[in-house]
Amino acid sequence: MADTIKLEVSRYSPETDAAPHFQSFEVPFRRDWVVLDALNYIKDKQDGSLTYRWSCRMGICGSCGMLVNGEPKLTCATFLADYAPQSIRVEPLRNFPVIRDLVIAMNDFMRKLQKMKPWLIRKDEKPVSEGEYLQTPEQLEAFKQYSMCINCMLCYAACPVYGLDPLFSGPAAIALAQRYNLDSRDQGAKDRFPVLSQHDAIWGCTFVGECTRVCPKHVDPAGAIQQYKLTAALDWAKSVLMPWGGK
Amino acid sequence: MKSAAAPTPYTLNHPRWYRKRVSTYWWLQRWEYLRFVLREISSVFIAWFVVLTLVQIYSASKGPNAYGDFLEFLKNPFVVALNIISFFFVVYHSITWFNLSARAMSIRVGGKKVPGFMISGPNFVAWFVISAVIAWLLLRR
Repeated sequence: MADTIKLEVSRYSPETDAAPHFQSFEVPFRRDWVVLDALNYIKDKQDGSLTYRWSCRMGICGSCGMLVNGEPKLTCATFLADYAPQSIRVEPLRNFPVIRDLVIAMNDFMRKLQKMKPWLIRKDEKPVSEGEYLQTPEQLEAFKQYSMCINCMLCYAACPVYGLDPLFSGPAAIALAQRYNLDSRDQGAKDRFPVLSQHDAIWGCTFVGECTRVCPKHVDPAGAIQQYKLTAALDWAKSVLMPWGGK
Repeated sequence: MKSAAAPTPYTLNHPRWYRKRVSTYWWLQRWEYLRFVLREISSVFIAWFVVLTLVQIYSASKGPNAYGDFLEFLKNPFVVALNIISFFFVVYHSITWFNLSARAMSIRVGGKKVPGFMISGPNFVAWFVISAVIAWLLLRR
């Protein structure tokens, strides 16, 4: 087995470059190393100017998402051994503007996420003295899968709809809206409805399904969007058939 | 302490972001995207089969001569070729439809999510059974 592995890393310096280019690095090949370890090795030993985001290196913070051989991946969970002896291409996430090297601008995602009101909305807040809002295991199960999202944006990098239409709310934001809609403690589904039932939100999705395939936390955003389409369509049908019904 | 010089104005940092345009041929760059585009295009062939069926019913209602003309039209090599291609697209459309329906629906029984194959499975079985019955009706002598 070779004792080194080649990494082709996308470099972009806004001060000097018109467009990104690839730079090759030879790093030690170790079976227990992930792509992020290799990047850290490059930054420590070979080129301190290499810029990328990372934090927890254990699949929780959602910072280290990059394209590894064109596939959106958390680099902290992508082992060199799965690619060796071939070289590995590391690029910034697709569909986002690049700030520098492997760092993308996430402003757009943050704005869209906030529009979905991803927090518990209550009409009547009960006093703290009355205790918690209790939930059964079944009620937890209804939304738990969607609560696993770590905002790593791999789904946005995988989504061709987001690439073609930057106004599209995107998979994670909609899945997180659904996470709160399905929470038995939440009463904000009607507040989120006007945001979600837009052409730029659920109806923009064409169910490519790539978001679900690349999700490292098995959130299934594609499923969440289709399920909300059903909810929105039923809501519309109800409002047509029973306009007098309490809305 | 007062300074005579005007304070240096604060300059906002405007980073030069690099934005990559999505290629017109994005759907050829990944097998998954191509599969998706073929799935979407299959709806055109579904529409063609629907129109063909409607025309068939219409010509059947107009009597044996009109239906004979319709059958003659079906024998046209271009129509035969188109129908063969359409057939494969319709099969592909049906398979992807049933597979996706399992992912688009969240049915819960006793608080547990029903697994996908329990939704797509009966659809496939119904499809095969109905197809077999129709084939039997058409092909029996």
